[in-house]
Amino acid sequence: MNEHLLELRGISKSFSGVEVLHEVSFTLHPGEVHALLGENGAGKSTLVKIITGVHQPDKGEILLGGEPVHFSDARDSRQAGIAAIYQELSLFPDLDVAENIFAGRQPVTLGGRVDWRKLYAEAGKLLDSLGVKLDLKQKARTLSIAQQQMVEIARAFSINAQILIMDEPTSSLTLHEVDDLFRLVRRLRAEGTAIIFISHRLEELLALADRVTVLRDGSYVATHPMKEVTRFGLIRMMVGRTITDLFPKQDVTPGEVVLKVENLTRAGSFYKVSFELRRGEILGLAGLVGAGRTNVARAIFGVELPTAGRIQVEGREVRITSPQQAIELGLAYVPEDRQLHGLIPAMHITSNISLPMLAHYARMGWLRDTRERKSAYEAACQMDVRANSIWQLARELSGGNQQKVVLAKWLSTQPRILILDEPTRGIDVGTKAALHALMSKLAAEGIAILMISSELPEILGMSDRVIVMREGRVTGAFSRAEATQEKIISAATQDVATIGITL
Amino acid sequence: MTQTPETQSASLIKEFAPRRSFLADFQRWEWLLVLLIVVVIVANTRLSPHFLDARNISRTSSDFMELGLMMLPMAFIIITTASVDLSVASNLGMCASFMGWLFMHGVNIWVAALAALALGTLAGFLNGNLVARLKLSPLVVTLGTYAFYRGVAYVLLGDQAARGYPKAFTYIGQGRIPGTLIPFSVALFVVLAIIFGLILHRTIFGRYTFSIGNNENATLYSGVPVARVKIILFTVSGFMAALAGLVLAARFGSTRPDIGTGLELAVITAAVLGGVDINGGRGTIVGTVLSLLLIGLMRFGMGLLNIQGQVQGIVIGLLLILSILLPNIAQQISSARGVRINWRSALISLGILAVFVLFFLFFFWSRAPVIAGG
Amino acid sequence: MTAQNPPALGTSPATRRNLLWTLVRFREAGISVFILILVVAITLRSPSFLTVDNFEDILLNISILTIVALAQAMVIITRGIDLSVSSMIGLVAMMVAFVVKEHPEMPVLFAVPLGMALGAVLGTFNGLIITFGKVPPIIATLGTLSIYRGLVFFYSQGTWINSFELPRSFKLLSKGTPLGLPNMVIIAIVVAVVVYYFLNYTRTGRDIFAVGSNPDAAQFAGIRKQRITFLVYLISGLLTGLAAVLWASRFESAQTNTGLGFELQTVAAAVIGGVSTSGGAGTVPGVLLGALLLGIIQNALPLVHISPFWQLAIQGVLILVAVVTDNLIVRRAQRTRK
Repeated sequence: MNEHLLELRGISKSFSGVEVLHEVSFTLHPGEVHALLGENGAGKSTLVKIITGVHQPDKGEILLGGEPVHFSDARDSRQAGIAAIYQELSLFPDLDVAENIFAGRQPVTLGGRVDWRKLYAEAGKLLDSLGVKLDLKQKARTLSIAQQQMVEIARAFSINAQILIMDEPTSSLTLHEVDDLFRLVRRLRAEGTAIIFISHRLEELLALADRVTVLRDGSYVATHPMKEVTRFGLIRMMVGRTITDLFPKQDVTPGEVVLKVENLTRAGSFYKVSFELRRGEILGLAGLVGAGRTNVARAIFGVELPTAGRIQVEGREVRITSPQQAIELGLAYVPEDRQLHGLIPAMHITSNISLPMLAHYARMGWLRDTRERKSAYEAACQMDVRANSIWQLARELSGGNQQKVVLAKWLSTQPRILILDEPTRGIDVGTKAALHALMSKLAAEGIAILMISSELPEILGMSDRVIVMREGRVTGAFSRAEATQEKIISAATQDVATIGITL
Repeated sequence: MTQTPETQSASLIKEFAPRRSFLADFQRWEWLLVLLIVVVIVANTRLSPHFLDARNISRTSSDFMELGLMMLPMAFIIITTASVDLSVASNLGMCASFMGWLFMHGVNIWVAALAALALGTLAGFLNGNLVARLKLSPLVVTLGTYAFYRGVAYVLLGDQAARGYPKAFTYIGQGRIPGTLIPFSVALFVVLAIIFGLILHRTIFGRYTFSIGNNENATLYSGVPVARVKIILFTVSGFMAALAGLVLAARFGSTRPDIGTGLELAVITAAVLGGVDINGGRGTIVGTVLSLLLIGLMRFGMGLLNIQGQVQGIVIGLLLILSILLPNIAQQISSARGVRINWRSALISLGILAVFVLFFLFFFWSRAPVIAGG
Repeated sequence: MTAQNPPALGTSPATRRNLLWTLVRFREAGISVFILILVVAITLRSPSFLTVDNFEDILLNISILTIVALAQAMVIITRGIDLSVSSMIGLVAMMVAFVVKEHPEMPVLFAVPLGMALGAVLGTFNGLIITFGKVPPIIATLGTLSIYRGLVFFYSQGTWINSFELPRSFKLLSKGTPLGLPNMVIIAIVVAVVVYYFLNYTRTGRDIFAVGSNPDAAQFAGIRKQRITFLVYLISGLLTGLAAVLWASRFESAQTNTGLGFELQTVAAAVIGGVSTSGGAGTVPGVLLGALLLGIIQNALPLVHISPFWQLAIQGVLILVAVVTDNLIVRRAQRTRK
């Protein structure tokens, strides 16, 4: 029994009616690095927050050293010796580096006075041991993303926890920094600390972890010693299927160029991006998260204004300054974050679908319900949205159906250029296949599609051509015949050793 | 419309919502308001015999029309921005003072009134641009203009009062529709309330209002000119504040620079009490009109009972807080799972309760001499 | 970060940081320069401005404002606002004045803890509604602004307490000068020092900044957000109670409209002093400078023959200028990060 430092039994958790975790179990031994693996939306981050007491489970129990525990907030879990780095950066932008490391538990003198000298000394020592050079008095607001990540790591290490949870700690670090981090993780492991490590970079996990637990769609799949599994075995467990038979892209002879982007630049996020998109073509845009792909899409759609470069739509040079203008030019953009940018969850399906085209359903600003309802109904049927009626609220739908509503909204504008940003993220397998079939059909009808995806099989299976971005620049362009997993990965990462998000 | 039932049933989704009666569409909050209104009417008729006097009601009703005029655009602003326009009452004061100042300098009253309307609209436009273009918080912006606009009123009139408005003008605030007991200002409000209600619930602009309030980003991505909608809202709010200023000045027959001070609170209270969600995205004009009616009846009743206006503020302030507090608490109770009775928190609650009891004991004890001497 | 030469961690070029540093410090520096220019300009017009007596007068005038503005600043740092301070002043001043009038035998110093206790109760009420009732601060304190003012009328039945009804010792509480400066000024200085120590040298003080800077991260860091939020409203009531006693003593009266509109001045002093309404940032020296600026303007308008009616309009413009510049600085800082 003593073998389990931490044990989770049958943990379930729902947010506003959507079950995110279903009966998940998990064990952690002292002195091991335990990888937690799963696709986006598999429930890893929620599990982390349940262990640290930020969320409370609806069902199930947590045992620490064999004793059931109940954490009502992060302070409780910290006192029990659990520290975490969360996936979303959680620094205080107005506080300086040193204080960010010790926020909420600054060293104090006997009289209860914050001991700033000791705080800075300890923060300096800690950063030295991590091999990081940072100005301790710099405000976190002014740090780069990688620097912020290092501060988060330093904070987690400073707690001297018996359980350390790291959710995507390396997503924006360079190889050299990752090496330093791993050295530290190994040292902690040798000292008996148990570490839960979450990463999308499979090679990292294969090199570092002792055991691996796989989650899929909020459910527990399996736990294995790392030595006994292969990369492809892991992928199969995560995806739950073999990944070759999903992509039915029909061959279409591409037509004329409808979108031409030349040296498009937005200082700070991407530089000199150029590509052409033709009628009936699917152009895959691959790369790691944070490579600037979404920023390019937003710039084309008029949400973020580019600082230099040119855009031509159907041969005419345009300057797109608002989504409104983009829509008039025949563009549509299905954004990456459905909840934040795609849907209005508290409104019903009809209003969601009709929003960009409201002017067409109205006379002098006066809404004509019948026309709106008819069009929304047709669009919903075309997309095969599963719901009680088109008057159901969008937030009550499943992820796949929500995505269909967003697509229905954009298809009702009859776009000629469709930008899809991670179109199948967090969507069940059945809907995914349906969406792929739809994309293929739309391309065959002559729509030009720019598809941003972090899933390599999707990129390889659906794209007529592939371009790859890394750190804000285009680093590779391949035809369908040329494109291979290895080529795309090496263009997306500086080194072949780091495997990107190949899942 | 010619679609047959067969083709519909073949699909997995229905085009029509299950039929609901008109009364079911009336939301729960509005029913609550209707109930409260009935309670207030019944209680007041029992307490004072003059409550149901038509002339009395007619005279009092016009006291709340400035409030109502500013409440209509405020509902839009709260729905869209989940924030408020604090500057409305100051804007009212500035416009009324500007009109009075022009009038004192010999300008024709109607020209002065038009100029005041233009000034108010401009002031609202300034708010809107600071909020929408510079992306500043509406609260802070309008707090600044709250001081600025009222300051302009003082600069214009100082410690003077503009008076002597012609009868034709004071009709706006004092007159009645010929042959009826209905005050002109009430008629004006009713017409505008219907227009605002139709805009909110039946037009593209209204739909944009709700969708920005529910998810501003997704609305922006759908090609809605979000900034322009916000600017229009604040501009309209400015215009309505100026209009309310004219009505109020006409009702008083004079303008002093402190005219309408503190009304913004009453305006926000009326909107929020009317079920407009302070977190944005929800609200109806019917609800706000009902809440105006409720507030008016309560104040009227309390006035008949000789309760001072300021003391009435206690009731109104409590209503404002309770209208948000009670739904929140109800939600917390219903969503609480496995509440564990915690002795420590129970003790703390008792302690806090004791503190309040002590406070009020002291309050009444130290106040005793006032009553005795009073 | 550019792709070709990603800067190594920590190598932030000295020049860039110095620039940012001045931008961040810009507020105190900027407002100081502004005050200096103003002082010179006013003195040129009216030499009587720059005298010790007049300066003491200004300090006397801004003492109360400073105390309440510091409390307001703490609330704003947590992304809140306390609009009810003016009504709290009215209510506490009235209650304390009544007690002092009816019980002249009571030691006059007792009025101070009494006022602070009464204020703390009112602040507790605000805090409870906001933290446990989850009512947005603006709405909650707008409501109590009107409730507390109503209680003033209910309490006094519209009567006033005039100068002759108050014992001399009570009037001297604020204006006596046993230590060289008026007591009130010394109290304000003590409050400023205590608040400075609290905000910079205690964990709870630092938690206030953490909660305002990033509420979610504060929760991850195990900081009890609710408790901190509750605390700032409690402190706001406490300090406002103190200010109310001083107010009654200085103006030798308690009226039903005592403090009316004062909430705006406190917010103005805080915001002009660089307290960010988006939370997480603000300094005690900044707030002091903000209050000083308002005090100078109020004092100087009659001296340079500008109608005092301009005061409110100028305040409004200053608030707008302050928030617009803040906004520009933050945007600039975020752009340079990349």
